[in-house]
Amino acid sequence: MNDVPLFQGELVCLAPPEPDRDAEVESRWTHDAGYMRLLAPEPARPLSPGYIKKRHEVVEKEDDKGFGQYHFVIRARADDHLLGFVRLEYIEWTHGAGMVRLGIGDPHERGHGYGSEALELILRYAFDELNLHRLMAITSEYNPGAVRFFERAGFTVEVRQRQALRRDGRRWDALILGLLRPEWEAKRKGGDHP
Amino acid sequence: MSTLFQGELVRLAAPNPETDAEVMARWMHDSEYARLLDTAPARMRSAKHLKAEIEKSWEKETPDEFFFLIRTLVDDRLIGLIELDGIRWTHGDCWVGIGLGEREYWGKGYGTDAMRVILRYAFTELNLHRVSLSVFEYNLRAICSYEKVGFVVEGCARQFLQRDGRRWDIIFMGILREEWESRQR
Repeated sequence: MNDVPLFQGELVCLAPPEPDRDAEVESRWTHDAGYMRLLAPEPARPLSPGYIKKRHEVVEKEDDKGFGQYHFVIRARADDHLLGFVRLEYIEWTHGAGMVRLGIGDPHERGHGYGSEALELILRYAFDELNLHRLMAITSEYNPGAVRFFERAGFTVEVRQRQALRRDGRRWDALILGLLRPEWEAKRKGGDHP
Repeated sequence: MSTLFQGELVRLAAPNPETDAEVMARWMHDSEYARLLDTAPARMRSAKHLKAEIEKSWEKETPDEFFFLIRTLVDDRLIGLIELDGIRWTHGDCWVGIGLGEREYWGKGYGTDAMRVILRYAFTELNLHRVSLSVFEYNLRAICSYEKVGFVVEGCARQFLQRDGRRWDIIFMGILREEWESRQR
């Protein structure tokens, strides 16, 4: 077996959520409506540190019951500070299918390669550790940055749900992207991953 | 009386756990039905379990879910179920799911009729903007029925399902309010 550190890249590492340490920072991110709207279709709203801690407790309980989900936070290797989160959710073991979600909380920390490296790590985790066959990512027409982000990692836009979202007085398409194990393997062999 | 819940062959009705749970439990013994309906592994449930599920759903009465049973107009026979769920009120989007547990009603227009009734409900009572659904690649009868009422293929999640030794796509379809309206004229 390869002795590859699954949770560690060059710039970032994946770590377990630590709500007592991180809830203040996570709460601050949710006060940025722009960030919340990039992440999800649910109405954006600021969340208190207390609420965020409660959410983490719920997730821990779900984990104990064996829900198909794996939550990580992304930390900078340089000084261990919190950069964002990455999650595998809605895993269906019989089909080997799951969904990936990722966010870098502070807009100033986007575009430095943290997210791309975290995505690389979670893909390896999904395919080499969880042995999944395909991953899904969802985003929207108003987030072309996310589409490019996932496409660079090998994802393909598979579904365009016309006008499924309404924000700022107009309608936008919702997008579903997919990545299959053989596509990910071919990309790895292609030399993207030394 | 208004006929919002009534089509040409079927009507949508509220579930009665005392009498309907038994019928719904019997449907799940038909593994083909289960595998057309859901990605979850086909399994059987007791009538008692289903009865409790229906009663539990009354307690939590979520506003983003509308569940109906499908009954024939001719003899009021319970033949299937249909549901709007995952409603996103701010965006006006929702999902629809349908299953006909009684095989002898497959391919005769009963599902299509139920779908017409629930689309009317989604657009004229709930005032939604679009209705979404997903259907398995191997369910050709359903795809044909959805196209008949105006759904358009919007893409597919490749190789999502693993069943009977091979992989199958999940096809995504949608219908917009204006598309539905133009078909009513």
